[in-house]
Amino acid sequence: MLIKNFFTKKKKYASIPSEKAKQEIPQGLMLKCEGCQKIFYIREWSKHLNVCPECGYHHKLPAHDRIDSLMDEGTFEEWDQHMTSKNPLNFPNYEEKLLKDKEKTELAEAVVTGKGKINGNETAIAVMDAQFRMGSMGSVVGDKIAKAIERARELQIPIIIFTASGGARMQEGMLSLMQMAKTSIAVERFNRSGGCMIVVMTNPTTGGVSASFASIGDYHFAEPGALIGFAGRRIIEQTIREKLPKDFQTAEFQLEHGQIDKVIPRSELKQSLSVVLNLHQVGGGQA
Amino acid sequence: MKQVLEFEKPIVELREKINELKNLTKDSEMDLSDEIKTLEKRLEKLEFGIYSNLSPWEKVQIARHADRPTTLEYIEMIFTDFVELHGDRLYGDDPSIVTGIAKFCNIPVTIIGHQRGKNTKDNIYRNFGSPHPEGYRKALRQMKLAAKFNRPIITFIDTKGAHPGKAAEERGQSEAIARNLMEMGSLQVPIISVVIGEGGSGGALAIGVADKLHMLENATYSVISPEGAASILWKDSKFASKAAESLKITASDLKELGIIDQIIPEPKGGAHKDIQYQAEQIAQYIKDTLMELKEINRDELIEQRWEKYKKIGFYE
Ligand SMILES: [Zn+2]
Repeated sequence: MLIKNFFTKKKKYASIPSEKAKQEIPQGLMLKCEGCQKIFYIREWSKHLNVCPECGYHHKLPAHDRIDSLMDEGTFEEWDQHMTSKNPLNFPNYEEKLLKDKEKTELAEAVVTGKGKINGNETAIAVMDAQFRMGSMGSVVGDKIAKAIERARELQIPIIIFTASGGARMQEGMLSLMQMAKTSIAVERFNRSGGCMIVVMTNPTTGGVSASFASIGDYHFAEPGALIGFAGRRIIEQTIREKLPKDFQTAEFQLEHGQIDKVIPRSELKQSLSVVLNLHQVGGGQA
Repeated sequence: MKQVLEFEKPIVELREKINELKNLTKDSEMDLSDEIKTLEKRLEKLEFGIYSNLSPWEKVQIARHADRPTTLEYIEMIFTDFVELHGDRLYGDDPSIVTGIAKFCNIPVTIIGHQRGKNTKDNIYRNFGSPHPEGYRKALRQMKLAAKFNRPIITFIDTKGAHPGKAAEERGQSEAIARNLMEMGSLQVPIISVVIGEGGSGGALAIGVADKLHMLENATYSVISPEGAASILWKDSKFASKAAESLKITASDLKELGIIDQIIPEPKGGAHKDIQYQAEQIAQYIKDTLMELKEINRDELIEQRWEKYKKIGFYE
């Protein structure tokens, strides 16, 4: 299933460097690393969850592949699977863009929510998918995340949110902006009930998502190299009229500036998350 | 020198012509009163035609007008005994957000508002009304004090957005905004927000999670600036007027979408044409809203606030 998905979904990674290379690389079988530019077999990549075996660059991971990589087999139960966006502002070309991304990702929207078990620890989970409208937050994304937090509160289980988003979704205007308030107040209610919220920031976590639920978890983890921040690099450079350092707004930069707890490589996430979840079990620490 | 907007030029020209004629008759024997009357009628019609059919982009121009009244001007006209309070107790004091306590209709209240400058020097000091994290953290500190002392909170929104800068990122701009959104959800005192100028995205919302949200008639509130949207969508900020249309950022559009509660009328041509009138209007709306909210018990208040935000959104 994974391999099949790569053929249909991941063509974007196969940006071929030259005409000569184009002739040599069989389409759909190989991909170029965005970090070291080396060419790899897709098989090789999927084995490493889209992390470059050579340089460790963490490429985007589709939401369901992420869930498969974390959840104990057969335990994931999806919520609100069919919620789908409309075009409330009659924004030009929005429906076409949604349709295109639905076909590209086989998702109904930019976040998948549900619950399941990680090494036996029950948890709610929300996983954003940056391939769907850049993971931007409109009505559906905001509502699905708020609903997932509310359900976790009712079920008295933790929630893990994987963020991957360019920010609020422009095409839904102020309805998108208000999702920042909705999701953040949902977090507040969850906090009041004593719930445990873990945020794992993946590439990219910026704009309105960074400035709402993503930044108010109890624990903030991030994948190596992930872009994390409020404003875009280009806008900041224009404002301050200077070049920003290469590592600006990376996960490592945010760690240094006190905004996250830990940078965790993708290969270690399942283990790390299950340890943290386990420390929040009633009574603590049963294996 | 007053700033004249492009679409107002016909009005300004006609008014100048009328004034010229008036001056002419003052110093001579000519009787031009009929002509003047006709022109004044025409001016009235022209003003009505232009000011009652403002496009979203024209409203953006009014919302950003250099003479448009700012938070501090309204504070002076609407409240008494204002004591400005400074600093976030963590890093510094951000002059692009003004906070303090004052009396409104004899009730102590907390006031928080974005503050633009009125001239270049002032604007540099106020960072053009674009806050750093310490601005939002100062605001949060005041909000918590308001909750402690059971004071209603009144916020004035008027910013292009949170400051996009290196230092702002290093000090956690995202976290500062996010924390305010979260904390405002649980403050057990009434929160009333009024968009008085430009409401720029998360940087506006960070002091705008409210029980009641009102907007001045020509104010705008948007998830992204029209110029920003235009350069993303059409690769050219010249299409800002088209983007302003598509984004639905005016008070009337946002009332229709259920995002805001009430539209506060402005004098013909915008708040800067009659600041006294504008301040009285705002005061009246705040008063009515406070009366309405003070009846609600505290737990119910935050429950209703959650229900309100929970409902915002369109989907299948
Ligand atoms: Zn590589």
